[in-house]
Amino acid sequence: MNRLLSAVSPHFHSRRTTQQIMLDVIIALVPAAVMSVVIFGYRSAMVIATCVSVCVLSEFLFEKLCKREVTVSDLSAVVTGLLLAFNLPVTIPLWQAAFGSVVAIIVVKQLFGGIGQNFANPAITARIIMMTAFSGTMTNWVSPNFTTSGAADAVSTATPLTLITKGELNSLPSYLDMFFGFRGGCLGETCVLALLLGGLYLIVRGVISWHTPVAFIGTVAVMSLICGKDVPYQLMAGGLMLGAFFMATDYSSTPPNKLGKIVFGVGCGLITILIRFWGNFPEGVSFSILLMNILTPYITKLTRPKPLTGGADKL
Amino acid sequence: MKIHGIRVPHHKNTANSAPVRLPLPTVITIPMSMHIGRPSAPIVKKGDSVKVGQKIAEASAYISAPVHSGVSGTVKKVDEMLISNGQKVPCIVIEPDGLQEISEEVKPPVITDHKSFVQAVADSGSVGLGGAGFPTNVKLNVRDLNEIEAVVINAAECEPYITSDTRTALDKTEYIFKGIDAFRKYMKVRRFIIGIENNKPDAIEKLRSFAQKTDDVEVHVLPSIYPQGGEKVLVYNTMHRLIPKGSLPLDVGAVVINITTLAFLAEYFETGMPLVERCVTLDGSAVKEPKNVIVPVGMPISEVIEAAGGLKSEAAKILYGGPMMGIAVPDIDAPILKNTNAVTVMDAKEAAPPKTTPCINCGACLNHCPLKLDPRAIAKAYKKNSGEELKQLQVDLCMECGCCGYVCPAKRPLVQTNKLAKAVLRIYKESNKKEERQ
Repeated sequence: MNRLLSAVSPHFHSRRTTQQIMLDVIIALVPAAVMSVVIFGYRSAMVIATCVSVCVLSEFLFEKLCKREVTVSDLSAVVTGLLLAFNLPVTIPLWQAAFGSVVAIIVVKQLFGGIGQNFANPAITARIIMMTAFSGTMTNWVSPNFTTSGAADAVSTATPLTLITKGELNSLPSYLDMFFGFRGGCLGETCVLALLLGGLYLIVRGVISWHTPVAFIGTVAVMSLICGKDVPYQLMAGGLMLGAFFMATDYSSTPPNKLGKIVFGVGCGLITILIRFWGNFPEGVSFSILLMNILTPYITKLTRPKPLTGGADKL
Repeated sequence: MKIHGIRVPHHKNTANSAPVRLPLPTVITIPMSMHIGRPSAPIVKKGDSVKVGQKIAEASAYISAPVHSGVSGTVKKVDEMLISNGQKVPCIVIEPDGLQEISEEVKPPVITDHKSFVQAVADSGSVGLGGAGFPTNVKLNVRDLNEIEAVVINAAECEPYITSDTRTALDKTEYIFKGIDAFRKYMKVRRFIIGIENNKPDAIEKLRSFAQKTDDVEVHVLPSIYPQGGEKVLVYNTMHRLIPKGSLPLDVGAVVINITTLAFLAEYFETGMPLVERCVTLDGSAVKEPKNVIVPVGMPISEVIEAAGGLKSEAAKILYGGPMMGIAVPDIDAPILKNTNAVTVMDAKEAAPPKTTPCINCGACLNHCPLKLDPRAIAKAYKKNSGEELKQLQVDLCMECGCCGYVCPAKRPLVQTNKLAKAVLRIYKESNKKEERQ
């Protein structure tokens, strides 16, 4: 007689795996990666390659060193590398990009227990640490290679939000340039079109739900309107699109339930506005997500759906 | 409010396969525990000869059921044996003589009122044939018949592969409506709702054509979103009432009965033949010719498979029921039970356990749970062995439908953890009660 397998139900499983989810995120980031090379030149690709390879390598080495199961095949380190690169200026020295990658994977992710356990977004936390450590190179912005009105020289420039903060409204890029990403800024955050495409892909594939990005972007829009700011500009400038679709939707550092996601998104939007309009920094998306990451366990606990007990809580 | 669920592959390969009666087995093994409640008490002993329909075990408590023989032959042994739930219970082993003589005990019951109706249902040995196996008479023994606002007839059949209820709807439609007549007469019911998933268009059409001739039967077509056939989900989606935790459907005015159970009862009222055989869907990746078969209760699965055309590859996992809630049997010779609506035989590829990876906190489990539980948090609380947290998370509400385990991208054994967590919670509550008493 052959031996039969025994297991607790269900005996069917969906085809979706962690690796497949991460692959979907990578696919969603490809348009923005391609556009970053178009906009800022080949050095973009070098920064991306550095971050991705150092992230994967440091995860591999750390897990080997700690004799843990090696999990690089789940592709989450690739996603972290891509997102970190997207949050850096194209001129960043490569050793600094590598340093940031090590911080993201080892300090923020692995030391807290690896995938699913980190309380803060690794890419965002690493970026904030780099902004403190390398404040000069982290704010060294260059103009895009060209704009819709013709080729431009690669010279130092400021991001649109910095220009607004400084009141230099005449040098601002046009709405169209903003939409296609022809402006100064982090290499992956500028092309609104590419990020929207990627975000929509993730929503259609069911990898993320619409709740976080809609709440986040919606709050920024409404608050900008109330504060009398240029709404389309506030939405397309800075890292809002990248943050709302790809960073505020990180699984392990944000609430898993729908109401929690809405609270999280609204909170991110409010903090972003607070920093942009009244803070010292021109941009606040990264800080807002990190702050809300810290609140996530409480948001999750307070917004957890009530089980359907039908009113009876018999004990 | 909408109750969550999941889309699972249907695999209703056997929907067009009218059940075929298989040749008699060489042996039948009948466990005394084929229902929820106390095991039945055997009334035959080794060497006795029995006939078809003869009672061989009695109900031993209020929640229990009598058992009858599906073959004529000789009792070979009455002994404790290990059954699929891991317990040792008495089993009656009968060797058929091939004559299939009908017992003189088999005669249509005399029903005059609600009391004799319930008694007849009890005598039939009927239990929930959709899989639950709850003794039917207990459900129908309603003190105040005015409490029943509607009888919900469960024809959802939301599990993949299984089509035995679909076949009942198609092949025994007359009996279903005769059963409804009996409920109208003896249970004073004035509203009947047949809940059926929209992936069975033929059955829906046939049921509708019969329902049109009545003024109190409605065919409620449900979306094919698993688990529509779960009692709570079914009552909510057909009557918009939520059965409170720890309550019965009757508390919201509903009596839920499986469609095959109903058809069986009507047939029993007419012929007097108790529950000794049933229709079973035999399907799964290892089965050569998936089909519906009629077999006596107690027939070994191995003989069912052989008589139905055999396997195309080696059986790696065999289930009572379908893949979402089915119970893996330890032994290919395990018998067909009263509540075995299907036998799913999986090949090595289909049965291969998926690789489990760390939880990524995606929330798929809690966003798909029909009862809005948080399996992710339950797993954490279970790991901490925290009865208090498990109480707050209401893990004892879990009906083990398997949605969470199905959708989990990390393939974590969430249903298993929930089951274990329920045990932790039970112990926690018991120790709390003890403390209160002291």
